[in-house]
Amino acid sequence: MQTSVINIENIRNDFPILKRKVHKDKALVYFDNAATTQKPIQVIDSISHYYLNYNSNIHRAVHELAEEATLAYETTRDKIAKFINVKNREEIVFVRGTTEAINLVAYAWGRQNVNKDDIIVTTEYEHHSNIVPWQLLVKEKGAKLEYIGVDDNGELILDHLDKYLETGKVKLVTFSQMSNVLGTITNSEEIIRRCKKKGVRVLVDGAQSVPHLKVDVQKLDCDFFAFSAHKMLGPTGVGVLWARKELLESMAPFNGGGDMIREVHKYETSWNDLPYKFEAGTPNIADVIGFGAALDYLDKIGMDKVREHEMEITKYALDKMSQIKGIKIYGPMDVAKRGGVISFNLGDIHPHDLATIIDEDGVAIRSGHHCAQVLMERLDVSATSRASFYIYNTKDEVDVFIKSLYRAKELFRI
Amino acid sequence: MSSADIYREIILDYYRNPRNYGKLPNPDVAQRDSNPLCGDELEMHLNIKENKVVDVKFTGKGCAISQASASMLTELIMGKDFEAVKKLSKEDILDNLGLHDLGPARIKCALLSLKVLKSGLYSYLSEKLKDTASADKIKEEASGLY
Repeated sequence: MQTSVINIENIRNDFPILKRKVHKDKALVYFDNAATTQKPIQVIDSISHYYLNYNSNIHRAVHELAEEATLAYETTRDKIAKFINVKNREEIVFVRGTTEAINLVAYAWGRQNVNKDDIIVTTEYEHHSNIVPWQLLVKEKGAKLEYIGVDDNGELILDHLDKYLETGKVKLVTFSQMSNVLGTITNSEEIIRRCKKKGVRVLVDGAQSVPHLKVDVQKLDCDFFAFSAHKMLGPTGVGVLWARKELLESMAPFNGGGDMIREVHKYETSWNDLPYKFEAGTPNIADVIGFGAALDYLDKIGMDKVREHEMEITKYALDKMSQIKGIKIYGPMDVAKRGGVISFNLGDIHPHDLATIIDEDGVAIRSGHHCAQVLMERLDVSATSRASFYIYNTKDEVDVFIKSLYRAKELFRI
Repeated sequence: MSSADIYREIILDYYRNPRNYGKLPNPDVAQRDSNPLCGDELEMHLNIKENKVVDVKFTGKGCAISQASASMLTELIMGKDFEAVKKLSKEDILDNLGLHDLGPARIKCALLSLKVLKSGLYSYLSEKLKDTASADKIKEEASGLY
């Protein structure tokens, strides 16, 4: 029983790790994709190809190896520009991940633009990476952090946004395009439209959305956009910050050092052009190149197909899970409104106990607060279990997972 | 160890019907800790008189292992000599729970209660008894648990 939209057998063959067994003889059912995805052989090969054949530092040296490495590194930047549809390649800054991208904005833009009594608006379903950097900033500046609430269906209450916008004190609204816990797809365009009317800057955290949906940054019309490679088949340690050119130009550097300078003198330095002004030091060359291979892979499948496949799997899983007595599923039940992420609790089984039990059947899910303790408080739970899907997951795997949930119920005598 | 061995009747019973659950009005020892990886929370209260633990209670949120472990620990130390409680080891707790060979992720759940107890005794020894040597020893034991 496979979904019809993509050739799942061919895809699974590209992921060597899916062939391994866990707990001796159990096939791996990897449902922790919202944390990080597995990597296809094409990505792994491109990284080892770099180290085996043209390992060298980029941008400065004039030898052939350096030219090849620079070209491969910079080609990924072009691929990203195309993938998220942005016009200017120099607006794409390589960072370590979404967390660093947000910290970069909080530090380099926030320090220049946020003052006493200003307001930063985030949401109750943010990852800690889109809360803590702002807490640090408002504390330093005497500004305020406010939250757009989440309703009982797991969607944002946009009236809260209007209330804050009316104060005229909001400097930035920052939110994730898809919740990493509830899977809720944020009504981003509407939020951005309301912010633009008031001249308020917007940061979109695309860590969960870019891997699973077609994202068009120009159409979104936000000011900052951040995402990570490792949640979309790429390696860890690579992320992207996109920002409007005029903003990047107005911002002070985040890190000082090599590659980000034009001229260095004893007491002053002038900055390199964009995006290099924000890429101090030798970057993660191999993994940026590997990320390029991941983008090629997703491009070949097509993001519309990725989304369609995930909707089919998610609907299948939601239908089966809903039939389990004593289960509580969080977030919207309509798959048009959610990505392939399902958070739930089963009876009084603590998520860590549940994850331990179903791990024995080879099923890898996430349990805990998912770096979203503000949301856990809102849901009035200390933790949830979370299953999250990607292009290589099948309905057969969902069946294994469901069967395992029933076994957990039996073990806990519920 | 397999789930069937971990989630025995007795563990589930202590999870669902925790003994000594609650708080003491004027505790001699009050200690709270959490496991940042999973968010398990635990607070233990003790009253100590004439070198004996005369009362003990706990509150907490978390998995069956962490909560059963805490509840069983309160029963283990109730009425015991303070000296014996100070000496409780990792092995004592795991023996008491009947849980051995827990993986590295789950052993923290089992030992959170002992960590909270030892941290509480550290404060008691250093602040109330001014016994710096014993306090330092128990602090080291607490941080060496996992």
